[in-house]
Amino acid sequence: MRRTVLSSRPSRREFAIGAAAGVAAAALPASPSLAQDQPQAWELAVRKILGEAKPIEGKMTLELPEIAENGNTVPFTIAVDSPMTDKDHVKAIHIIATSNPQPGVATFRLSPISGKAAVASRMRLQRTQDVIGIAELSDGRFLMTKRPVKVTIGGCGG
Amino acid sequence: MSKPRVKLPESAKVGEVIEIKTLISHVMETGQRKDPDGKTIPRSIINLFTATFAGTEVFKAELHPGISANPYLSFFMKVPGPGEFEFAWVDDEGKRIAEKLKLNVT
Repeated sequence: MRRTVLSSRPSRREFAIGAAAGVAAAALPASPSLAQDQPQAWELAVRKILGEAKPIEGKMTLELPEIAENGNTVPFTIAVDSPMTDKDHVKAIHIIATSNPQPGVATFRLSPISGKAAVASRMRLQRTQDVIGIAELSDGRFLMTKRPVKVTIGGCGG
Repeated sequence: MSKPRVKLPESAKVGEVIEIKTLISHVMETGQRKDPDGKTIPRSIINLFTATFAGTEVFKAELHPGISANPYLSFFMKVPGPGEFEFAWVDDEGKRIAEKLKLNVT
Protein backbone atom coordinates (compact mmCIF):
# COMPACT_ATOMS: atom_id res chain seq x y z
CA MET A 1 0.00 0.00 0.00
CA ARG A 2 1.37 3.42 0.86
CA ARG A 3 4.06 2.11 3.16
CA THR A 4 6.72 3.30 0.73
CA VAL A 5 6.39 6.86 2.01
CA LEU A 6 7.48 5.69 5.44
CA SER A 7 10.81 4.22 6.47
CA SER A 8 11.88 1.03 4.76
CA ARG A 9 12.22 -0.83 8.06
CA PRO A 10 8.66 -1.49 9.22
CA SER A 11 8.22 -0.49 12.85
CA ARG A 12 5.48 -1.90 15.06
CA ARG A 13 3.57 1.33 14.67
CA GLU A 14 3.63 1.17 10.90
CA PHE A 15 2.51 -2.39 11.06
CA ALA A 16 -0.38 -1.43 13.33
CA ILE A 17 -1.41 1.52 11.18
CA GLY A 18 -1.04 -0.52 8.04
CA ALA A 19 -3.20 -3.26 9.46
CA ALA A 20 -5.84 -0.76 10.55
CA ALA A 21 -5.75 1.00 7.18
CA GLY A 22 -6.00 -2.29 5.34
CA VAL A 23 -9.11 -3.33 7.25
CA ALA A 24 -10.69 0.08 6.75
CA ALA A 25 -9.86 0.13 3.05
CA ALA A 26 -11.44 -3.27 2.60
CA ALA A 27 -14.61 -2.11 4.34
CA LEU A 28 -14.98 1.18 2.50
CA PRO A 29 -16.07 1.69 -1.08
CA ALA A 30 -13.21 2.42 -3.46
CA SER A 31 -12.26 6.06 -3.15
CA PRO A 32 -9.74 8.05 -5.19
CA SER A 33 -8.11 9.36 -2.01
CA LEU A 34 -7.11 5.83 -1.03
CA ALA A 35 -4.80 5.72 -4.02
CA GLN A 36 -2.82 8.74 -2.84
CA ASP A 37 0.51 8.39 -1.08
CA GLN A 38 -0.37 10.78 1.75
CA PRO A 39 -1.70 9.16 4.91
CA GLN A 40 -5.30 10.17 5.52
CA ALA A 41 -6.31 12.49 8.35
CA TRP A 42 -7.82 9.65 10.41
CA GLU A 43 -4.62 7.60 10.07
CA LEU A 44 -2.61 10.52 11.40
CA ALA A 45 -5.09 10.88 14.27
CA VAL A 46 -4.72 7.18 15.14
CA ARG A 47 -0.93 7.40 14.88
CA LYS A 48 -0.84 10.44 17.16
CA ILE A 49 -2.65 8.46 19.88
CA LEU A 50 -0.79 5.15 19.50
CA GLY A 51 2.75 6.39 18.98
CA GLU A 52 4.89 3.25 18.70
CA ALA A 53 2.35 0.98 20.37
CA LYS A 54 0.50 -1.80 18.62
CA PRO A 55 -3.16 -1.93 19.66
CA ILE A 56 -4.88 -5.09 20.86
CA GLU A 57 -8.26 -6.04 19.39
CA GLY A 58 -11.16 -6.71 21.71
CA LYS A 59 -12.03 -6.22 25.41
CA MET A 60 -13.96 -3.19 24.22
CA THR A 61 -17.40 -2.66 22.69
CA LEU A 62 -18.44 0.27 20.55
CA GLU A 63 -22.20 0.37 20.18
CA LEU A 64 -23.52 2.31 17.20
CA PRO A 65 -26.59 1.90 15.01
CA GLU A 66 -25.93 -0.21 11.90
CA ILE A 67 -27.85 2.37 9.90
CA ALA A 68 -27.92 5.99 11.05
CA GLU A 69 -30.83 7.77 9.36
CA ASN A 70 -29.67 11.17 10.57
CA GLY A 71 -25.92 11.72 10.52
CA ASN A 72 -26.33 14.83 12.65
CA THR A 73 -27.02 12.84 15.75
CA VAL A 74 -25.78 9.27 15.98
CA PRO A 75 -25.90 7.81 19.50
CA PHE A 76 -22.91 5.76 20.61
CA THR A 77 -21.73 3.92 23.70
CA ILE A 78 -18.18 2.77 24.25
CA ALA A 79 -17.32 0.38 27.07
CA VAL A 80 -14.07 -1.31 28.06
CA ASP A 81 -13.89 -4.52 30.09
CA SER A 82 -11.63 -3.22 32.88
CA PRO A 83 -11.59 -3.67 36.67
CA MET A 84 -10.82 0.08 37.00
CA THR A 85 -8.44 -0.45 39.92
CA ASP A 86 -5.37 1.68 40.71
CA LYS A 87 -3.17 -0.95 39.05
CA ASP A 88 -5.37 -1.74 36.05
CA HIS A 89 -7.63 0.92 34.60
CA VAL A 90 -8.54 2.81 31.46
CA LYS A 91 -6.93 6.25 31.29
CA ALA A 92 -8.55 7.52 28.11
CA ILE A 93 -10.95 6.58 25.35
CA HIS A 94 -10.66 8.17 21.91
CA ILE A 95 -13.36 8.20 19.21
CA ILE A 96 -12.35 8.66 15.57
CA ALA A 97 -14.72 8.97 12.61
CA THR A 98 -12.64 7.95 9.60
CA SER A 99 -14.50 9.94 6.92
CA ASN A 100 -15.46 13.09 8.82
CA PRO A 101 -13.80 16.40 7.78
CA GLN A 102 -12.15 16.32 11.22
CA PRO A 103 -11.80 12.68 12.27
CA GLY A 104 -11.22 13.22 16.00
CA VAL A 105 -14.66 13.23 17.64
CA ALA A 106 -13.86 13.16 21.34
CA THR A 107 -11.41 12.05 24.02
CA PHE A 108 -12.73 10.93 27.38
CA ARG A 109 -10.38 10.90 30.41
CA LEU A 110 -11.12 8.30 33.08
CA SER A 111 -9.50 7.15 36.34
CA PRO A 112 -10.09 4.43 38.97
CA ILE A 113 -12.81 6.61 40.54
CA SER A 114 -14.85 6.06 37.35
CA GLY A 115 -15.60 2.56 38.64
CA LYS A 116 -16.77 1.51 35.19
CA ALA A 117 -15.15 2.37 31.84
CA ALA A 118 -18.21 3.28 29.81
CA VAL A 119 -19.19 6.54 28.12
CA ALA A 120 -22.15 7.44 25.93
CA SER A 121 -22.75 10.48 23.73
CA ARG A 122 -23.97 11.44 20.26
CA MET A 123 -21.82 12.13 17.21
CA ARG A 124 -22.03 13.56 13.73
CA LEU A 125 -21.18 11.38 10.75
CA GLN A 126 -20.81 13.05 7.37
CA ARG A 127 -21.28 9.86 5.38
CA THR A 128 -21.18 6.06 5.60
CA GLN A 129 -17.89 5.16 7.28
CA ASP A 130 -16.01 3.26 9.96
CA VAL A 131 -15.86 4.59 13.49
CA ILE A 132 -12.82 3.65 15.58
CA GLY A 133 -12.55 3.45 19.35
CA ILE A 134 -9.16 3.39 21.07
CA ALA A 135 -8.68 2.82 24.80
CA GLU A 136 -5.45 3.80 26.55
CA LEU A 137 -4.72 1.55 29.54
CA SER A 138 -2.80 2.34 32.73
CA ASP A 139 -0.05 -0.17 31.81
CA GLY A 140 0.64 1.66 28.55
CA ARG A 141 -1.19 -0.78 26.28
CA PHE A 142 -3.92 0.19 23.82
CA LEU A 143 -7.15 -1.50 22.79
CA MET A 144 -8.77 -0.73 19.46
CA THR A 145 -12.12 -1.55 17.88
CA LYS A 146 -13.94 -0.50 14.73
CA ARG A 147 -17.57 -0.36 13.65
CA PRO A 148 -19.02 0.43 10.21
CA VAL A 149 -22.05 2.75 10.14
CA LYS A 150 -24.31 3.35 7.16
CA VAL A 151 -25.43 6.97 7.07
CA THR A 152 -28.62 7.91 5.19
CA ILE A 153 -28.44 11.72 5.59
CA GLY A 154 -25.00 13.09 6.39
CA GLY A 155 -24.22 15.43 9.26
CA CYS A 156 -21.48 18.07 9.63
CA GLY A 157 -23.14 20.47 7.13
CA GLY A 158 -21.32 21.81 4.09
CA MET B 1 -24.75 27.67 25.77
CA SER B 2 -27.37 27.42 28.46
CA LYS B 3 -29.69 25.28 30.52
CA PRO B 4 -27.42 22.45 31.66
CA ARG B 5 -29.34 19.41 32.86
CA VAL B 6 -27.82 16.75 35.06
CA LYS B 7 -29.36 13.48 36.13
CA LEU B 8 -28.03 11.73 39.24
CA PRO B 9 -29.52 8.78 41.11
CA GLU B 10 -31.81 9.89 43.94
CA SER B 11 -29.46 8.30 46.43
CA ALA B 12 -26.27 6.25 46.36
CA LYS B 13 -24.19 4.15 48.73
CA VAL B 14 -20.45 4.49 49.30
CA GLY B 15 -18.66 2.18 46.84
CA GLU B 16 -21.63 2.02 44.47
CA VAL B 17 -20.95 2.74 40.77
CA ILE B 18 -23.44 5.36 39.60
CA GLU B 19 -24.30 6.69 36.15
CA ILE B 20 -24.25 10.44 35.59
CA LYS B 21 -26.06 11.93 32.59
CA THR B 22 -25.58 15.50 31.44
CA LEU B 23 -27.10 17.59 28.66
CA ILE B 24 -26.60 21.23 27.66
CA SER B 25 -28.06 23.27 24.83
CA HIS B 26 -25.44 24.46 22.33
CA VAL B 27 -25.42 24.71 18.53
CA MET B 28 -21.95 23.05 18.27
CA GLU B 29 -21.23 24.91 15.02
CA THR B 30 -18.69 22.77 13.16
CA GLY B 31 -16.94 25.45 11.10
CA GLN B 32 -17.77 23.37 8.00
CA ARG B 33 -21.13 24.95 7.17
CA LYS B 34 -21.69 27.93 4.87
CA ASP B 35 -24.30 30.67 5.21
CA PRO B 36 -26.63 31.55 2.26
CA ASP B 37 -23.97 33.99 0.92
CA GLY B 38 -21.40 31.20 0.75
CA LYS B 39 -19.38 32.44 3.70
CA THR B 40 -18.12 29.85 6.16
CA ILE B 41 -19.89 30.00 9.51
CA PRO B 42 -17.10 30.13 12.12
CA ARG B 43 -16.61 27.17 14.41
CA SER B 44 -18.19 27.56 17.83
CA ILE B 45 -18.38 24.50 20.04
CA ILE B 46 -18.15 23.37 23.63
CA ASN B 47 -14.65 21.89 23.60
CA LEU B 48 -14.31 20.79 27.21
CA PHE B 49 -16.48 19.21 29.87
CA THR B 50 -15.28 18.33 33.35
CA ALA B 51 -16.94 16.64 36.31
CA THR B 52 -15.43 17.13 39.75
CA PHE B 53 -16.62 15.41 42.93
CA ALA B 54 -15.56 16.65 46.37
CA GLY B 55 -12.66 18.48 44.73
CA THR B 56 -11.41 15.51 42.68
CA GLU B 57 -11.76 15.40 38.91
CA VAL B 58 -13.74 12.26 38.06
CA PHE B 59 -14.31 12.67 34.32
CA LYS B 60 -13.16 14.91 31.51
CA ALA B 61 -14.30 15.05 27.89
CA GLU B 62 -12.37 16.86 25.16
CA LEU B 63 -14.94 17.50 22.45
CA HIS B 64 -14.46 18.23 18.75
CA PRO B 65 -16.89 19.32 16.01
CA GLY B 66 -17.90 15.67 15.48
CA ILE B 67 -20.01 15.83 18.66
CA SER B 68 -23.67 16.58 17.96
CA ALA B 69 -25.49 19.80 18.89
CA ASN B 70 -26.76 19.92 22.49
CA PRO B 71 -24.01 17.61 23.72
CA TYR B 72 -25.15 14.68 25.83
CA LEU B 73 -22.72 12.73 27.99
CA SER B 74 -23.17 9.69 30.17
CA PHE B 75 -20.38 8.37 32.39
CA PHE B 76 -19.83 6.56 35.69
CA MET B 77 -18.37 7.17 39.13
CA LYS B 78 -17.64 4.89 42.08
CA VAL B 79 -18.98 6.87 45.02
CA PRO B 80 -16.02 7.62 47.36
CA GLY B 81 -18.19 9.17 50.08
CA PRO B 82 -20.50 12.14 50.55
CA GLY B 83 -19.84 15.20 48.46
CA GLU B 84 -20.91 17.68 45.85
CA PHE B 85 -20.42 17.53 42.10
CA GLU B 86 -19.31 20.42 39.98
CA PHE B 87 -19.98 20.05 36.28
CA ALA B 88 -18.39 22.60 33.91
CA TRP B 89 -18.74 23.25 30.20
CA VAL B 90 -16.26 25.53 28.36
CA ASP B 91 -16.80 26.82 24.82
CA ASP B 92 -14.46 28.13 22.09
CA GLU B 93 -14.99 31.71 23.29
CA GLY B 94 -13.75 30.75 26.75
CA LYS B 95 -17.20 31.04 28.32
CA ARG B 96 -17.69 28.62 31.22
CA ILE B 97 -20.97 27.40 32.66
CA ALA B 98 -20.87 25.45 35.89
CA GLU B 99 -23.52 23.53 37.76
CA LYS B 100 -23.17 22.30 41.34
CA LEU B 101 -25.18 19.38 42.64
CA LYS B 102 -25.00 17.47 45.89
CA LEU B 103 -25.06 13.67 45.79
CA ASN B 104 -27.36 12.10 48.36
CA VAL B 105 -25.11 9.45 49.92
CA THR B 106 -26.85 7.07 52.32
